[in-house]
Amino acid sequence: MSTAHVLLGLLAGGPLHGYELKRAHDQRLPQAKPVAFGQVYATLGRLQRDGLVVTAGQAQEGGPERTAFQVTDAGRQRLDEWLAEIEPPAPFVSSTLFAKVAVAVLVDGAQRARDYLVAQRAAHMGRLRELTAIKTDPASPLGDVLAADFAILHLDADLQWVSNTLERVADLHREVQP
Amino acid sequence: MTILRARGVVKSYGPTPALRGVTIDVAEGEILAVTGPSGCGKSTLLHCLAGILRPDAGEVSYGEHRLDTWSERMRARLRRTEFGVLFQFGQLVTELTAAENVALPLLLAGTGRREARTAAVGWLDRLGVADLADTRPGEMSGGQQQRCAVARALVTEPRVLFADEPTGALDSRTSEQLLGELVRVARDQRTTVLLVTHDVQVAAYADREVALRDGAVDASGLGLTAVQGRHGR
Repeated sequence: MSTAHVLLGLLAGGPLHGYELKRAHDQRLPQAKPVAFGQVYATLGRLQRDGLVVTAGQAQEGGPERTAFQVTDAGRQRLDEWLAEIEPPAPFVSSTLFAKVAVAVLVDGAQRARDYLVAQRAAHMGRLRELTAIKTDPASPLGDVLAADFAILHLDADLQWVSNTLERVADLHREVQP
Repeated sequence: MTILRARGVVKSYGPTPALRGVTIDVAEGEILAVTGPSGCGKSTLLHCLAGILRPDAGEVSYGEHRLDTWSERMRARLRRTEFGVLFQFGQLVTELTAAENVALPLLLAGTGRREARTAAVGWLDRLGVADLADTRPGEMSGGQQQRCAVARALVTEPRVLFADEPTGALDSRTSEQLLGELVRVARDQRTTVLLVTHDVQVAAYADREVALRDGAVDASGLGLTAVQGRHGR
């Protein structure tokens, strides 16, 4: 995901300074990895260099002086392009889960891979329970619910793969044995 | 405190073994998911624990009572008073309204008609379908019918609710809503729930999971007894 495009999108609603941007990011994208201040300022610097944002005055409310940024027409156009762009379905299997199983089978055989998968399944189920609790809590904001849903469906896919692979790991071992 | 206990439970249907010596404990107030693929014996285990089926061997206890030694009549009485049962579908009597369906277990237990009706409508309200009190099942959606079935399973305020794939026939959104309600009400009432499911998303509503495989508890989660080459390539 492109942090630059997300920040452009947040600025499309009106000028914000760096701290407000970070807060808006973490609030609008709950359950996502919080963005670091350093990354916000570095990204704003690049966006400004490319003419996609400009400074919009300075504010000082009891604290240090802060520079607000606003999106330019070029920035808005870049944002629209990004929103219209279809994400390519992932062309390669890039999951660490898959890599670990393949390597475990190579290095130590089927049982090593099985041990890993069983432990990974328990961790996935634990996280699935936490997310389900967030989702079913009537006090959860819809943003949190939708973010939890996204993660739940991905974990479900992982878990199905883990179960299938547990059944077939011995076959994989036979296949890779010299 | 353990409320339900199975010790070495064995059950076969003719020559086909369904349970090959299952031992589990269910703690009072917990929501336990029993998971596993089709044919792993999870529904049979639920039927044995609920006293619907009698095991061929092994012990089934509810509190201090050894259900496997009880007659069908005694078990049926226990089921009416202490247990609630919820299946995938087909539980409501089609000729009766929602309120009449929900009131049924109370009427069977000897509660007066008016009191039973009041309790039934109260439970329908708790499940968000009070407006359907005088509607017959045929005029309801699958999700509405299942909410009525939950109300009926809980109207006697059972200590244990046995739910066998309770959302198996519902779409995912309706399923989520129903499970959310079910878990919330069960926690409020401190009802123990045994939730049988093949779906990990449903199992995630529970506090704990016991996985079955080929009629036995799979101690490490899933697949330790993996059948080699079972699905070919």
